[in-house]
Amino acid sequence: MEKLLEPWPWYVSGPLIVVVMTLLMLMEKRFGMSSNLRTLCAICGAGEKVEFFKFDWKQQQWNLIVIVGVVIGGFIGSTLLTNDAAVKINEPVIAELNNLGFNDAGEVYMPERLFSAESLSEWSTWVILIVAGFLVGFGTRYAGGCTSGHAISGLSNLQLPSLIAVVGFFIGGLLMTNFIFPLIF
Amino acid sequence: MRRLVYLLIGVFFGIVLIKSEAASWFRIYEMFRFQSFHMYGIIGSAVGLGIVVIQLIKRFKIKSFFGSEISIPPKDKGITRYLLGGSIFGLGWALAGACPGPMFVLAGAGYLPILIVILASIFGTYIYGLLKDKLPH
Repeated sequence: MEKLLEPWPWYVSGPLIVVVMTLLMLMEKRFGMSSNLRTLCAICGAGEKVEFFKFDWKQQQWNLIVIVGVVIGGFIGSTLLTNDAAVKINEPVIAELNNLGFNDAGEVYMPERLFSAESLSEWSTWVILIVAGFLVGFGTRYAGGCTSGHAISGLSNLQLPSLIAVVGFFIGGLLMTNFIFPLIF
Repeated sequence: MRRLVYLLIGVFFGIVLIKSEAASWFRIYEMFRFQSFHMYGIIGSAVGLGIVVIQLIKRFKIKSFFGSEISIPPKDKGITRYLLGGSIFGLGWALAGACPGPMFVLAGAGYLPILIVILASIFGTYIYGLLKDKLPH
């Protein structure tokens, strides 16, 4: 039980993600979280103006139920299954982040600078969160999938397009973390 | 009944994401700085085992729970959309420290500012849909 409350190692977590993918395949569905963003657009009536959202979103209801489960899982995992949420990253990374102004690195799960109620009193936090979300939503649909659809399912099915997408994920991620972060933080 | 199964699969996935720390902004930062094996281990072991599972499904024509053959349609061919769209997503992934699955996990874990990220991502998806025909694919 104690082990369950600690952070789960990669060699447990990775295979468990495959369990999720396999169960969905056995349910005749495909593992992909970002599709839900398109479905949510359709539910909000985006199909009236834009062809891309004109589809029978009820067919995608199952995936919305999965995402509701994910929210519940996030609640259960962070409360009942966690004693200490601190993410123990390496010392050099903590020092780096302290330099960038993330003083709670190594002590918490998410940086307070971006993800606390107080951080929202800074307009710059709003800009960062909105830009980040926009890029995720726009990019993931442009690429036709995110980490679950391309990096896990697509690569598992040896799909070249998914490999190209994952290369793209890293081009963007490396650019942001290594070159843009020093400019904005 | 099926709905309950989807819900439970989601709950399980959410727990895995939060407990693996794949939903932590810090882990994503660390990954893009090549400072830890953790995220590479998660994705690598998932893909390694995933390849085996999918090969087994194809080789032995494993049936779904409802008795029909499992078909996994290939992704559409192309380069531009994957490279460009992927890079745009990567920029956002690193900045938010969360991709679409973890965004919802974090909402459940009570990090409320993530709701701004979720709303903005829905808006971003809408703008993609609006511009789709004008973008190179």
